[in-house]
Amino acid sequence: MTLAPVHHILALTTIVRERTLPVKGKVLVRLNQKVGPTDIVAEATWARDHVFLDVSRTLNLTPEAADRFIRCKVGDKLAAGALIARGRGLFPKAVRTPREGRVVASGGGQVLIESGESRMELRAGISGNVVQVIPDRGVVIQTAGALVQGVWGNGRVDTGVMANFAEQPDTVLTANRFDVSMRGLVLIAGQVRDAETLQAAADVPVRGLILASLFPSLLPVAREVKYPIVLTDGFGSLPMNSAAYRLLTTNAKREATLNAEAFDRYSGARPEVIIPLPVSSDPGQPQDVETFAPGQTVLMQRPPAAALTGTITALHPGLSTFPSGLRAAGADVKLENGEQMLVPLVNLQVVG
Amino acid sequence: MPASLVQSDSLLAVDIGGVTTRAALFDVVEGEYRFLAAGSAPSTAEAPFKDVGEGVRNAITGLQAVTGRTLLDGNRALITPTQADGSGVDTFVSTVSAGPALKAVIVGLLSDVSLESARRLAETTYARILDSIALNDHRKSDQQIDALLRLRPDVVIITGGVDGGASRSIHKMLEPVGLAGYLLAPEKRPAVLFAGNQKLDGEVKEMLGNVTSALHFSPNVRPSLETEDLEPAARELAALYLGARKRQLKGVELLETWSGGHVLPTAYAEGRMMRFLGQVYGGRRGGILGVDIGASAAVIAAGFRERNTLGVYPQFGLGENLPALLQYTSLEEILRWSTLDISTGVLRDYLYQKSLYPAAIPATKEDAAIAQAVTRQALYLAVQTARRDFPRSARPPKAGLLPRFEPILAGGGALGDAPTPGQGLLMLLDAIQPVGATTIILDGNNLLPLLGAAAARNSILPVQVIESGAFQSLGSVISVVVSASYGALVLRARLIYENGTEARADVKYGGLEVLPLPAGQSARLSLQPQHGADVGFGPGRGGVVPVSGGALGVVIDGRGRPLTLPDDPGRRRELVKKWLWTVGG
Repeated sequence: MTLAPVHHILALTTIVRERTLPVKGKVLVRLNQKVGPTDIVAEATWARDHVFLDVSRTLNLTPEAADRFIRCKVGDKLAAGALIARGRGLFPKAVRTPREGRVVASGGGQVLIESGESRMELRAGISGNVVQVIPDRGVVIQTAGALVQGVWGNGRVDTGVMANFAEQPDTVLTANRFDVSMRGLVLIAGQVRDAETLQAAADVPVRGLILASLFPSLLPVAREVKYPIVLTDGFGSLPMNSAAYRLLTTNAKREATLNAEAFDRYSGARPEVIIPLPVSSDPGQPQDVETFAPGQTVLMQRPPAAALTGTITALHPGLSTFPSGLRAAGADVKLENGEQMLVPLVNLQVVG
Repeated sequence: MPASLVQSDSLLAVDIGGVTTRAALFDVVEGEYRFLAAGSAPSTAEAPFKDVGEGVRNAITGLQAVTGRTLLDGNRALITPTQADGSGVDTFVSTVSAGPALKAVIVGLLSDVSLESARRLAETTYARILDSIALNDHRKSDQQIDALLRLRPDVVIITGGVDGGASRSIHKMLEPVGLAGYLLAPEKRPAVLFAGNQKLDGEVKEMLGNVTSALHFSPNVRPSLETEDLEPAARELAALYLGARKRQLKGVELLETWSGGHVLPTAYAEGRMMRFLGQVYGGRRGGILGVDIGASAAVIAAGFRERNTLGVYPQFGLGENLPALLQYTSLEEILRWSTLDISTGVLRDYLYQKSLYPAAIPATKEDAAIAQAVTRQALYLAVQTARRDFPRSARPPKAGLLPRFEPILAGGGALGDAPTPGQGLLMLLDAIQPVGATTIILDGNNLLPLLGAAAARNSILPVQVIESGAFQSLGSVISVVVSASYGALVLRARLIYENGTEARADVKYGGLEVLPLPAGQSARLSLQPQHGADVGFGPGRGGVVPVSGGALGVVIDGRGRPLTLPDDPGRRRELVKKWLWTVGG
């Protein structure tokens, strides 16, 4: 019995996602509220930087003595140039804050001021109902629809109507295919092979790109563009796996949400494409883990059939030897083209 | 070994790696401890499980299937002690390397003294140094505070000040750490290890006690300017690492309960075992070296007569951080080891794709060639990085080379799972580039860290298990240090077997020679260097060395040190292929 990781590519399922801030903040939505993917559900603010003033050292006083000269207290809001402390004598030294800010600590002859404000806005990432509010942290949102998990995302979120530009699972999208009619669309394609195409998509602008794969050399550009990019299969020249290709292309012209959040193997966060669908009753939630068994549809992760899907026809007992010379547990997999091959179990994910 | 020393306790040891969790069972057989069997399962630190306990139970279940011995009860809890019906186990220990490397900031006074000690200390565990703060830091205190707030380290290691020395400067270094801790939410505060001037422990506690997630103290790593002693601080850092893992990974606490607190970081346990082996073997014929490369990190542990070093390098791990390898090397440098004509683009795609699926293995010849090239280069870089910290007294035969090590122990999935012993050996020779005479031993079941963890519970067990031949000798290796033209005769070797028969080899520069000597047999090897070659007796000097057999027998590496490969890609690949054929393909 070997545990099998599951890669979700589902035509209809219940999707439940937790969205939380990394720091304490304010939740902006309430229980049972309907939210859209780009709605801000929580926000947090923190100081952009700090000013540390060592009054004791500047005035050449003991910390205890310096404390007596400090004229501000924790919580005080100060303007730039405000006096913090002034020494004694004919020509007393003064300590002033160089920037406006708020005093966050004072003592031991020192003052710490926070200055400026950084703000973090947490977006819903999916459209749905808020089914739980996590105080000061975020929410849990539930929706129903089609789900295609990806393997890489550039950290952006957006929604748009999907348009299919992938005549084949490995169709290369090029800059010369762009025109104004693509504005606001989410494009489905096999690959993008140059930075010009990514830039052309930004110029239109599109609402997102769903690609099978991308060259690693394009990742810096992909991270910079303002629209979401979700890779369904990985890096290099991989075609889109047929399960994702079928589901996405048959849903072309429907609205889809691209939550291109970074893949985090510890939290389980993954980039994903969600196509909301109307349902009369909630479909079940998908399994995250199964055990390998004949009949399962599987997605292969490594050559010679990377990004191809097939069906397990038999699990081999014990260890099998592969062309690489390595020995590992394996399964016979029948590819969609009818070809049969022996694949290490650790190179498989169950599609479901 | 007197039988009375054997406690007749069975011991189950489990290592939780980034990709695989391994369980190994040890018990008394005919009055001595033996390694009985191992089971493994995918690690479950990551989503969707987020509980290492699941992988541990699965690995133990695998072990049960191999041994037929019941170790888990109906609720999948460990049965302890051994029951009358033979089920269960008396003792349990565990090691952990799974989980992301800890984010570390090091703080010291002088960048080339205490900060260097802090760096070496941080490198004894699974940590990435994100920033360092020293007296000569050009940044102002508020910028240092903002850097700490931005980086949100898991751990801050503070060193500095000799015992009884100045304290004012240390105070200045503590300020940004304390203020950043004060500003962070309690659950985001770093753990702090103070390993500086011991006189300041009380003041450090007062300044940082309420603004850290955990505050650890250890004896000063630099009690005087001339002395460095990392060991007590490394022990404390290991405890800190486990504390962090307990907060991050579910299931580690359960292991602590099962083991009565005997859980160690894998690398620390391996280092402990290497220290022990260094005392047994080190100094007699040079230092002793342990290398291990897996998904989480490359670990290089070296034992010398006067001191031991332990380097844990997550940046050279073969898992999720693989693309970051390119910060330390180039695609071309990796591909120089490949037997196949592979483009840099294909290699780059491999590094990124493999980072998505660290557990995946090469199924094709091309994938295997890439994987082995990457392993070689990552291990080579790790060894070269570790070399900086070897003691000066461990002199290499030539500048830029390693000192002599005997034996060299190797472990980790990438090496242990090599399809043939020859492929494993060649990867090790290329990456480590040892000098002189050595024995290369493969820890195929990754027992070394488990024995290191077991040593605290049962000091006899590791000794008897090692002596029982639980590790596989790949062979005795003679590495010739010489510069000559390709094809020039650099060594005449004569292997004299125990029965008096002989085998001879004329070793030419750029070549490998293998003389058969089965495992368990010993022989004498007579060496006559040519062209001023050094085989461990000094340039041009010959002699006789005792050798023991192994999977490959006696391997003479006449490729020179440092190993240089032809610039022409075609010729280079042919040569690498030829070397591979020589050691059995």
